[in-house]
Amino acid sequence: MKVAVLVFPGSNCDWDCVHAAEETLEGATVERVWHTTSDLTGYDLIIVPGGFSYGDYLRSGAIARFAPVMSAVAKAAEDGVFVLGICNGFQILTEAGLLPGALRRNAGLKFRCHYSNLRVTNNSTAFTSGYEANEVIDIPIAHGEGNYYCDDETLAQLKRNNQIVFTYESNPNGSIEDIAGIMNTSGNVLGMMPHPERAVSDLLGSKDGVRMFASIMKAWRERHATNVN
Amino acid sequence: MFKAKVYVTTKANVLDPQGAAVQQALHTMGYGAVEEVRIGKYMELTLNTNDRAEAEAELEKMCKQLLANTVVEDYRYELED
Repeated sequence: MKVAVLVFPGSNCDWDCVHAAEETLEGATVERVWHTTSDLTGYDLIIVPGGFSYGDYLRSGAIARFAPVMSAVAKAAEDGVFVLGICNGFQILTEAGLLPGALRRNAGLKFRCHYSNLRVTNNSTAFTSGYEANEVIDIPIAHGEGNYYCDDETLAQLKRNNQIVFTYESNPNGSIEDIAGIMNTSGNVLGMMPHPERAVSDLLGSKDGVRMFASIMKAWRERHATNVN
Repeated sequence: MFKAKVYVTTKANVLDPQGAAVQQALHTMGYGAVEEVRIGKYMELTLNTNDRAEAEAELEKMCKQLLANTVVEDYRYELED
């Protein structure tokens, strides 16, 4: 499995993502990929990490969305490559239109940085098959603009298609319906505000994020095995 | 040359936490008449063209693609010679 961790000017969780992917994805090659790259051919998983790309100027994710690498991400997403956007990565994916909705300023205006209990509301995905249905997991958050919003029609679609993957047990930011993470209709693009890469060992306070990476590996193996046959 | 003034504001039906905080501060200061505060962005663009129709068409695209996120924001602009 070949993993790309995108790096924009202002990304700051890229090394954490590299570390987590190397620790949890056995045999995977993990590479940091600069935002000017325009070809992502050959990668099986693209991680759009957290941080403050372009200083969050204009809106978080608004400028990163037009970086050359994002056209390649859009193409890869269309080809079924797994794309995981974390925190600022989620914001970038919504700005790019790869996921519906938008992330607004936290309702309480405070930058929330702490562990948070998430409910796995859909465990039939490539990203969450390792969790029990409705399992509550402990994954930290660290954001000032994680207040998910979409219109009623989009929300109905998200529910109808089981696109809501994680919800907060205790809503930290005002997100509608306590939404913490959603995926696209094809199920290969997931965006979430919490940081699974920061929950991969007991030393970090939780290793509930490990099973997310393991789920992706399992999905990739299954897909690969199918292709071989 | 045109000067474009672009105003981006949070949609009326979308919560504006910053506006709410500022409104609260104004109330604390005694400005009880403040019914609502909405915070937005103001941008000035200098456009190197003499074709007003073209400038407007381009601005419209710029607003939709980058300057505003139409999921949560509205925009309007003025063009000055």
